[in-house]
Formats: sequence, structure tokens, C-alpha cells
Amino acid sequence: MEIIEILFTASFWAAAIRIASPLIFATLGELICERAGVLNLGIEGIMVAGAFAGWMAVYSGTGLWMGVCVAMLVGMLFGTLHSILTVPFGLSQHVVGLGVTLLATSSTYYAYRLALPEVTSPPKIEAFQPFNIPILSDIPLIGPALFAQTPFTYLAFTLVVVVAVVLYRTPLGLAVRAAGENPAAIAAQGLSVTKIRMGAVIVGSGFMAMGGAFLTMSAFNSFFFEMVNGRGWICIALVVFGSWRPGKALLGAVLFAAFDALQIRMQQTSFGSHVPYQIFLMMPYVLSIVALVVMSRRAEVPAALMVPFNKGER
Amino acid sequence: MRLEPIKNPSLAHCLLPPAIALGTTVVFASLLAMVAGANPFSVFGLILSGAFGSKFAILETLNRATPLIFTGLAAAVAFRAKFWNIGAEAQLYSGALLTVLLGTGLLQWPSIALLPTIALFSILAGAILLLVPALLKTRFGVDEVVTTLLFNFIFLLFISMLLEGPIKDPMGMGWPKSARVIPEARLPRLVEGLRLHWGFALAIFSAICIWIIQTRSTLGYEMRAVGLNKQAAAFAGIPINTVLVKTALLSGGLAALAGFSEVAGLKGNLTLDLSPGFGYTGIIVAMLALLHPLGVIVAAMFVAGIFVGADSMSRAADVPTYLADIMLATALLLMVLAIMLTRFRVVRD
Repeated sequence: MEIIEILFTASFWAAAIRIASPLIFATLGELICERAGVLNLGIEGIMVAGAFAGWMAVYSGTGLWMGVCVAMLVGMLFGTLHSILTVPFGLSQHVVGLGVTLLATSSTYYAYRLALPEVTSPPKIEAFQPFNIPILSDIPLIGPALFAQTPFTYLAFTLVVVVAVVLYRTPLGLAVRAAGENPAAIAAQGLSVTKIRMGAVIVGSGFMAMGGAFLTMSAFNSFFFEMVNGRGWICIALVVFGSWRPGKALLGAVLFAAFDALQIRMQQTSFGSHVPYQIFLMMPYVLSIVALVVMSRRAEVPAALMVPFNKGER
Repeated sequence: MRLEPIKNPSLAHCLLPPAIALGTTVVFASLLAMVAGANPFSVFGLILSGAFGSKFAILETLNRATPLIFTGLAAAVAFRAKFWNIGAEAQLYSGALLTVLLGTGLLQWPSIALLPTIALFSILAGAILLLVPALLKTRFGVDEVVTTLLFNFIFLLFISMLLEGPIKDPMGMGWPKSARVIPEARLPRLVEGLRLHWGFALAIFSAICIWIIQTRSTLGYEMRAVGLNKQAAAFAGIPINTVLVKTALLSGGLAALAGFSEVAGLKGNLTLDLSPGFGYTGIIVAMLALLHPLGVIVAAMFVAGIFVGADSMSRAADVPTYLADIMLATALLLMVLAIMLTRFRVVRD
């Protein structure tokens, strides 16, 4: 059984963790937005913008971590736009989200064409290199899979813990969750629902852009059109799959990535060579839909998700 | 800040915000053109003349508007009932697929019988394709935005698979494209000698039909009621899920007609670049038209004009053609805001 053999190789799990990393960033970002009550469909475009911004910054000579910051700032800029339109003005989160995706994608492509008018193949950058964590990376199977990744991946896993702690163990996290469950209660406490929601969308969008930046700065080392390729939409499905909890979302992202890594390897097996490769490429999207259907029965959707809050209105 | 409804908005109050929105879009695009090192006045001049400046340009714009009317209607119909069909791209390809499946020689009928049959099957294909997300929504409560978006990727891979397998043109020199449809399956030109086909007339006709359905039929009333207030509609005895499914069938069918019209009217065969995002642009068209079926016709021509104009502007002024997409996305966001501001007033606490 070739599949069983694949599942017990360290390189397979290393690939799974690598594929999961950008999804973890973006899923966390979407999770924060939705926990505060705002569906952010700008995710796909914000990832494109982040991917370009980080890569371009490094290409123009900044350090790698500086590039990550630039990507994050660009994401937060689009997040600010999204949050102004959806939170105080209470516009349709569907329309604004799609609009932000279109705007972020097209302005990224515009900037790319302006910055590199003549190139046919985009230049590569000196991206993040794998860093072996001493001792831990020597553990068989788990070591090379988990502890021989790039620092950007370690950041993704750290962020899951940080977001989980902030959401469940701090007053700020309580306020964010309440803004998505019962905004009237927040307002009654004298807190501003508008500020909390806007803050959540802006920070969440920053994370989404970091997910995009991971693609150019730690995976492909270059920027090309269509590179995000629906990952943003998949992350929205992952948030539902993870029942709006950071830990479960992480698990979902890794499972999803393992499946993705498996389909890539399956293509090269004797069985896979008889199947059109498109079938394998479809699998991640099909899996996302299946996950949505399976989880829909017991999903604990934030009660005020997609419900604008207008103070003084009953 | 708070939002307060305006009781009796004056005419100025209804017109000023949209005008400011359009003005801001133009200023923003001018700034971007200047960033690219071009004179904004000449850029807009080139866009206008490229879109409407000659007979050829106008015909090109109308040709580009045709699929956008269909996908715009698909979005307008669905969004009116608050059913978020973002999958028009996939439904468009389903219509195109049916057109090449039936039109490349399987049915050797005269045009008068063949074209309506193909159109009907295209509509069915698009409707069935959207039925799946619609049923997932009504049966399982799965959000249709994500499922329709993901379906776009799945269906395009499916088309790619077919183009490299069963429906690949054996005479295609190895390119992933289908065989050409037979002459009887081609939509004739509206006027002999002019490059504009009957798909355009079909698009206008569809818009009028949808307008009549929306204003004169029970289904139209029910769709509006479901979109405005689900609870109230349910209380009034409207079967919400049935209405949503009917809306989905209608929306999917309309989007599929875009694919039929593009293959039968313009391209003649199916390739993976049949649609440069007509499905997604249809959403902008519908929103700019305020979801009004007849407005969709005007909005589609406006949007098509910007795209066609930007293409020729890009060649002449060396400004990336993505300026058109930026303008449309900006116009979309600002218009949604402007429409809201015609009905609400911002009040400081």
C-alpha cells in the first residue's frame, strides 16, 4: 500500500505543516473577524496583497521580518477599509468583502505591472530558510516534520496559542467574543462595539496578509498571479470546520494540508498516473465543501455574525 | 456615530452621494494613472474613445456587455432574495459545455430547432449546478457564498479535465480546446456585416423577462419578500426554502446563458480562457444597477466600456489595464456606501 508508506515519511508531514502554515495565519485572521461578528470576504484579496507586499519589500532590500511587517500593514490597510464600511456604516458584509477582494487583487496586479513592467518570469528572493530546533529536530518522524521548518511556520503555531489565550483568558478576548454574540451587552457595559469590531477586522486582516506573505516568503519565494488560488475561501471553510476555535482551526488546517500533501504524492503513484490530475487538484475544494456540510449540524455560529450594530436601535 | 433614517429625502439628497462616489472614483483612478506616469486626462480620453469612439469600438463594447448582462442578471436575481450566488463563473462554463456537447455534431438539426434546444439545455445545466449549493443551504444551512465560490474552482478543473480528454479537439494541434460548433449551432449576426450577434438581443430579452417576473408575478413578489425580511415572509406563509431554490434555478440558468452566448455567438469553441471573470464582474454590474434588471443592461454596457476602453488605453498610454478593475472595485464600494447615505443620515453621539 503506497498510501500507508507515504503517511509514515517525515517529508510528507513536513510538507503538510508547510502547506498548513499560510492557512493557519489566514484562518486565525478570519476567525478573529467572525468572532467579533464580521464576515470578512476580503480574505482572498488581502492574501494576494500580502503576498505581493512582503515579497516586494524583500526584493527592494528590506529584511525578511520587515517584509512580514510590510505585508501585515498592507493587510491592515485593507482591513481598515473593510471595517469602516461594514461596522459603523453597517453595509452588506458580502458585497463589501467581495469588493475589497476585487480592489486588493486588482491594485496588487497594477502595482506589480508598474514595479516590474518587462519581466516575464518574476524574480526570486532570498526567502526564509528552515531552522532546525536543537534536540527536538532529532526526534524521528516528528522532529523533521515539526521542528525543521522556517521561523515563519513557528510564528504561525505561536500565533495560535497567543490568539487562543487572548480570546479566552483576557478581558479583551471576552469583549471580542461578546461583540460577536451579544453586542448590546457590550454597549451596556459602556464599551464601544464599533471600536472592538473594527479592531478585530483590522488585526484579522493583518494576519490574512501574513498568510499571503508566507506563500511568497517561505514557500514559492516568488510572486505570480493566481498564486493564492482560492486559499482564502478555503480558510473561511476552515473557520466553520474549527467551530470558531483557534485550536480546532489549527487541527483543521493541518488535516486539510495533510490531505493536500497526500493528493500531490498520490499523483505520482502507479494508481494516480491513471487518473486525470485535475481530479486530485479538485480534492481540496471538494473536501472543504464536505467539511462545511458535516460541521453545519453542530456549528456554534457567533450569534451576531453578519448582524450590524447600530446604537440606540432596537 | 449613529445612523438615522431620513424621513423624506430631497432630490438633491438622493443624487448627491452617488455623484460624489463616481467623482471620487475618477479622482482616485486619475491619481493611479499619474503614479504610472501618464496624464489622467489623456487616460480617460483614451478609455472613452476606446469604448465608444468608433463604430468598431461600440460594437466591441456591446459584444463584451452581452455576457455581463447575463451574469449581471444572475447576480441581481439572486441578490434580490439575499441568495449570494458567487458561482456565476462555473455556471457560465456549464452553459458553454452544454453548447459544445450538443453543438459540435451530436444533433444535426436546422438552426431554428437546434439553437433553442441548446439554450434550454444550457439553462438546465446552470440551474442544476446552482441547485447543489442551494439545497446545501436550505437542507443543511451551509453558507452558499463559500460553496458557490469553491464550485468555481472545482468546475473549472472539471472543464480542464474534459478539454484534455473526452471533448478535446482531435484537430487542435494538442491545445486544450474543444472542436468548433457546427454552423447550424452558431448564433447569427443581428445585422449582416456588423460583428454583433443574436446573443445580445437574447440578453436584452432576458432582462425584460426578469423585470416582468420581478414586478408582475407572485414569484417576484416572494423573492423580494424573502430578501427583505425572512421572518416576516415566513410569517406571511411564503415557503422560504422553495423560493430560494426557485431563485437559484433562475439565477444559475441566466449565468449559463452567458456561456451559451459566448460560444454560439462569438468564440465558436470552448477553451479555458472563455471567460475573463465575467461571473465575478456580473456582481459589480448587478450592484451598480441597484439590482434592477433593466439597470443591468446599462451597467453592463458601462462596465464593458471601461474594460474595452482600458484595453486600448493600456496599449496607447502604457498604463496597466488593471486600472479598469481598480476603478470598478472602487466604484462598487463607494456606490454601496452612497446608496446607503441617500437613506440614512450620520449622527454624531
